[in-house]
Amino acid sequence: MLGFGLLSGLTFLPFVGVAFLLTQRGDDPATLRNIRWATLLTTLATFALSLVAWTRFDATSAAFQLVEERSWFGSGLVYKLGVDGFSMPFVLLTTFLMPFAILASWESVEKRVKEYMIAFLVLETLMIGVFCALDLVLFYLFFEGGLIPMFLIIGIWGGKRRVYASFKFFLYTLVGSLLMLIAILAMYGVAGTTDIAVLLKTDFPKEMQFWLWLAFFASFAVKMPMWPVHTWLPDAHVEAPTAGSVILAAILLKMGGYGFIRFSLPMFPDASTYFAPLVYAMSVIAIVYTSLVALVQEDIKKLIAYSSVAHMGFVTMGLFTLNPQGVQGAMFLMISHGFVSGALFLCVGVIYDRMHTREIAAYGGLVNRMPLYAFVFMVFTMANVGLPGTAGFVGEFLSLVGAFQANSWVALIATSGVIFSAAYALYLYRRVVFGALEKSSLKDIADLTPREIAIFTPLVLLTIYYGVLPDQILNTTAASVDHLIQSHTALLDAVKLAAAGQ
Amino acid sequence: MTDLSTMPFLSEIFQHFLPETILAVGVMALLLIGAWRGDKGFALVDELAVALLGLAIISIVLSVKPDRSVFDGAFMDDAFARFMKVLSLGAALVSILLSVDYLRRAGLEKFEYPILIILSTLGMMLLISADNLIAFYLGLELMSLALYVMAAFAREDGRSSEAGLKYFVLGALSSGMMLYGASLLYGFAGTVAFSGIANVVSASAPIGVVFGLVFVMAGLAFKMSAAPFHMWTPDVYEGAPTPVTAFFASAAKAAAVAVTVRIVITAFPGADQQWRQIIIFLAIASTLLGSFAAIGQTNIKRLMAYSSIGHMGFALIGLAAGNEIGIRGVAIYLAIYLVMTLGAFAAILAMRVEGKSVENISDLAGLSRTNGLMAFFLAMLMFSLAGIPPLAGFFAKYYVLLAAVDAGLYPLAVVGVLASAVAAFYYLRVVKIMYFDEPAPHFDPSPLAVRAVLALSTISLLVFWIYPTPVMDAASVAAKSLF
Repeated sequence: MLGFGLLSGLTFLPFVGVAFLLTQRGDDPATLRNIRWATLLTTLATFALSLVAWTRFDATSAAFQLVEERSWFGSGLVYKLGVDGFSMPFVLLTTFLMPFAILASWESVEKRVKEYMIAFLVLETLMIGVFCALDLVLFYLFFEGGLIPMFLIIGIWGGKRRVYASFKFFLYTLVGSLLMLIAILAMYGVAGTTDIAVLLKTDFPKEMQFWLWLAFFASFAVKMPMWPVHTWLPDAHVEAPTAGSVILAAILLKMGGYGFIRFSLPMFPDASTYFAPLVYAMSVIAIVYTSLVALVQEDIKKLIAYSSVAHMGFVTMGLFTLNPQGVQGAMFLMISHGFVSGALFLCVGVIYDRMHTREIAAYGGLVNRMPLYAFVFMVFTMANVGLPGTAGFVGEFLSLVGAFQANSWVALIATSGVIFSAAYALYLYRRVVFGALEKSSLKDIADLTPREIAIFTPLVLLTIYYGVLPDQILNTTAASVDHLIQSHTALLDAVKLAAAGQ
Repeated sequence: MTDLSTMPFLSEIFQHFLPETILAVGVMALLLIGAWRGDKGFALVDELAVALLGLAIISIVLSVKPDRSVFDGAFMDDAFARFMKVLSLGAALVSILLSVDYLRRAGLEKFEYPILIILSTLGMMLLISADNLIAFYLGLELMSLALYVMAAFAREDGRSSEAGLKYFVLGALSSGMMLYGASLLYGFAGTVAFSGIANVVSASAPIGVVFGLVFVMAGLAFKMSAAPFHMWTPDVYEGAPTPVTAFFASAAKAAAVAVTVRIVITAFPGADQQWRQIIIFLAIASTLLGSFAAIGQTNIKRLMAYSSIGHMGFALIGLAAGNEIGIRGVAIYLAIYLVMTLGAFAAILAMRVEGKSVENISDLAGLSRTNGLMAFFLAMLMFSLAGIPPLAGFFAKYYVLLAAVDAGLYPLAVVGVLASAVAAFYYLRVVKIMYFDEPAPHFDPSPLAVRAVLALSTISLLVFWIYPTPVMDAASVAAKSLF
């Protein structure tokens, strides 16, 4: 294949679908059906190919695998792709969720279907590219490039305040990322290359690390998003179409966490230790504050958006504990949150498609007309709360265990977030699903269609499966996590020894 | 009496001067054709002008010859000059292609138009190759005088006349300043040759030379339309006929930046602390002004004027680094900037409702539904101008910022990126109007040349990251030749 490998194929496979969609013209039902099926098949093929990549992936090694490298811009910039235990799960998460996003848009998107599907396929390429890139500039290219399709998705197919939300999303992310760009250039100045594998072995001077760490933090904290730069997220979530919210919550947010674990922690170990208290503080504020904010929301999507911010607080807290449980927990939480928050937005999409409102007050008593829906929504609500037996529990528990070792006060405050999350999630569930079916508009609301059942079945099964048997994910990430922690500890010990020697 | 045997053969000199000779001889022939056929000969003159420019580009690209200074050190033929000349010639060629339909509709099919473009391009080429102050001034004036006339080319139109007058008066002022600076340089250095000036300022710069430098830089900043010498730009860009504006914003900028680079690098390597301060100031002022002042614009030509000011500021960030990486960044920046600008002006020329040109950004409303392809191209141009990867505009910014960071100019780099984030807002606004708003009246079908330029420029920006080697290599060679 022209010397390109599996990961290049995986990254650019969605473009085959794009090329086909570009040949389709017209608005008649047959063409639209072609467009939808072609997109779905493309995402399924990409998922199948990512499974092939997974079978060839050796989870016992912390090294980069399936690496392919070609000269690109000369002078230090290389086209280099590869995966390790940190990126493989995210690649799978991306390819796994894309078919659901397409299925969720099957009927709800009626205008400019072709452009919509093209935007999603381009976005898929860019997201896979972010997780596979092993060159910092290539990473930046995919990371920033993703803004364009998402900006258009929110702005064209979004709700009433879509213009405001799309601009806010774009500009917030851009400002953070541009500071990271300068840090990338400075790192190039030290190492003479932007190859991530080389940069991981480069010792950056201590004073420089602080600035670099802060610049990367500016980008990833916005993307994550961490308190207090999270305010773009509720707007973007509320206004985006259902599939846009799913991708945003399930994958785009994880790029922030992935960035921390790929760059900030291993490349700037001194700065990461130094700034860890800051990250703890911001994380627990996010957990407590946004949980309280979620409690008073009137809009279902906004409530779930705030709950995402709170969960991402657990992730940042877990990552910066820099012990195996914390980092493993954060990784697991990011994956499980990908399923769960994506599924929750899909649940909102189901009732939004029927009633065209996201107001909590417009619903009530849905269990009478929609028992299947009530069950599905219940599973994901429980997973969001972190009920043992669901995927949501494992990650939260592990990151709290990690946090308790690092700083018991942080763990204590963060645990209160678990209680708050139960409060807002159950409160939401009660208001939407239980109670008497009083509103006349809800009298003949229909239960899940076969298409929707097909969407939710695998998600429900996986949520419970990974809740009971989390080994598969934990084993995939274990080697890389151990490697990260060992090299970090070794480095800090060396610093201590040097300090003691003086 | 000169011994003829020691003189190099004329042919040997003229192979370094071949593109200029082609243009100079050709333009005289065109003038004769025009004088003989009158305005009926417009189409023929126009086509021949395109052919001449194409021939000149081919003569540069195909030639393999060592760098050499000819005409007693007045004219430098090096890789940097060739790179910049190809950019200017290419931009001039595209400007002529874009103008045909516009001039026909506006009743401006006068044979002088292509001739003025060629004369001005000839001036740019002399300017780019100038290796002493005399040649520099001659080239600059040949370029500028033709540009003044072109700005006022729609002489029945009040706005165009106003633009021409404004440009001429302010341009004359800046030429005066530059000439004054040049005379100071000559007075204190005792030579007009750039290399001679470099020898004089190698150890320490006399105060008179620094004064001269400041005046020359002010004049050059005017030609580049770098803030705070940008005041003419929005009015002239708005008033001049659109294809003329495209020419101003592309070819003229490339030439002005090229000569600035050559003067500061070859004549003032010893005074780099002095000129780098000036360049840093110009860069910061231009990027900030270009991004903040554009926010309130409603006319798309004025918007492009402010956008070009901001982009010049970015190109100067590369120059501020003052080293080979920086000059390479400037060369890459200009190449990509020209493609973006010409593409954007092709889109502006395509904005025509019921036979009349429209220039308001709001006229683009809902374009994605009335003309999806054009909207897509213009949107990609806007994202590229904003510097969003993977479009080429990102790599343009990447390489100048790389130079700035490498030279330790962190504050300049930070100001630059923050200004570009502000600028992203107004580029996004254009996208928003095209994609998120309700449709305005349809545009008329646009001529083939305009569509082709728009499509080709956008596609080259989209695929640049896949195959960047030709531009990167040429820019590296060009930068190397200056040091």
